[in-house]
Amino acid sequence: MKKKLILDEKAIDRALSRIAHEILEKNKGAEGLVLLGIPTRGYHVASRLASVIDSIEKGKTPYGAIDATLYRDDIGMKETKPLRKTDIPIPIDGRVVVMVDDVLFTGRTIRAAMNALMDFGRPNCIQLAVLVDRGHRELPIRADYVGKNVPTSLKEEIKVYLSEVDGVNEVVSITAEEKQ
Amino acid sequence: MRLKRKDLLGIEELEKDEIELILSSAESFKEVSTREIKKVPTLRGKTVINLFYEASTRTRTSFELAAKRMSADAINISVSASSVSKGETLKDTVLNLEAMNPDCVVVRHSSSGAPHMIARHLKSSVVNAGDGAHEHPSQALLDLFTIKEKSGEINGLNIAIIGDIAHSRVARSNIHGFTKLGAKVTVCGPPTMIPPGIESLGCRVTHDMTEAIKHADVIMMLRLQLERQKKGLFPSVREYSSLYGLNKERLKKAKKGVLIMHPGPVNRGVEISPEVADGEHSLILEQVTNGVAIRMSIFYLLLGGVKE
Repeated sequence: MKKKLILDEKAIDRALSRIAHEILEKNKGAEGLVLLGIPTRGYHVASRLASVIDSIEKGKTPYGAIDATLYRDDIGMKETKPLRKTDIPIPIDGRVVVMVDDVLFTGRTIRAAMNALMDFGRPNCIQLAVLVDRGHRELPIRADYVGKNVPTSLKEEIKVYLSEVDGVNEVVSITAEEKQ
Repeated sequence: MRLKRKDLLGIEELEKDEIELILSSAESFKEVSTREIKKVPTLRGKTVINLFYEASTRTRTSFELAAKRMSADAINISVSASSVSKGETLKDTVLNLEAMNPDCVVVRHSSSGAPHMIARHLKSSVVNAGDGAHEHPSQALLDLFTIKEKSGEINGLNIAIIGDIAHSRVARSNIHGFTKLGAKVTVCGPPTMIPPGIESLGCRVTHDMTEAIKHADVIMMLRLQLERQKKGLFPSVREYSSLYGLNKERLKKAKKGVLIMHPGPVNRGVEISPEVADGEHSLILEQVTNGVAIRMSIFYLLLGGVKE
């Protein structure tokens, strides 16, 4: 097994602080923003982004969780996935929703999450922030804010560890050894 | 993460981690019912048939809503309006229904074991919605869910189940469920309503209600099936009520924060007095709310995975 460090704790913090500034720049402030993370780790990235935004703008940016499991396109093709919580703190009608995930890969989770979101209301616009974009999209989806672009092979696995769930903060790439 | 079976026929054969999986998924499904749009597309294109050979309001509505909130198509068949009244056998009825390719058949029947027989003949999933005096698994699961939501933990709780244990499928499913999750169960009722050998399910028996509720964290009252009075199981409704009814006076003998449950339908003033049924300790309507979430969870776990 080959393990390569992609982001360490400091690099994650810097990436999040840059993304927070970009979100504020693009939306001209934090007015009308709501951050919704995709559980489990996307939710924690959203909560961190919200606190960085709050420290810049001295406000209270609402954030929550949106689970996409019930909207997936592989239901009935794979084993049932455990459900995570959905917690939308305020009505999203007319707001700017920034969806947050840890890794952007095929784009299928994001498609499912967008469908889930539409059942909660009609946001003015939806943007997407991810900590790592590893490529290999299968749908026409692209992130508005990216912590780090990582070209990967399909044999690699990108693992995001966050202190809230895993005790450490790092992003690594893991490649299983080829069997000789 | 999946159930290790095609059908949900009883709690007795479920493993502890399967029960916990159904309960934890139900937490998320409860949230779906609080949304403005109470529907998720998860089971789009699946068909659920509710086949009820016995009267039911709560359970049938709950299964139907659960299926619809998952975007499955739900069909209700009540026996009085079906070919059963023309003399069709149970097996023929279900084989004909299966010929229309449903994904799940929910069955309630007055004979114990009827859903099990059906499950052997069908490729689709079968859910037992109550069979005779045998099991009512979805009721037990929603009771476990409701208690877990209030108390955080089932393990170590004292549960008193009071009433006609002999004829109660709710009691039997609940005894299995509670003991599997580590609670201590006491059943209480007149000797004519306690089946001999019930202790072998892992519960304690008493005929003294005050003793049964003294240490209880949860008191579960069962409906007195008034039609049974003709069989002479108890002398009069009034006597039953004074010995085994839950009223304000008797509740004073119980612990302070005790939870009161009843699977419905309630005979007000018989097994439970109106002040207690509507009182602050009562979870009766909460049980009904949670029933939809539990049944969504059952459908998701039975129908949402890969087909073998």
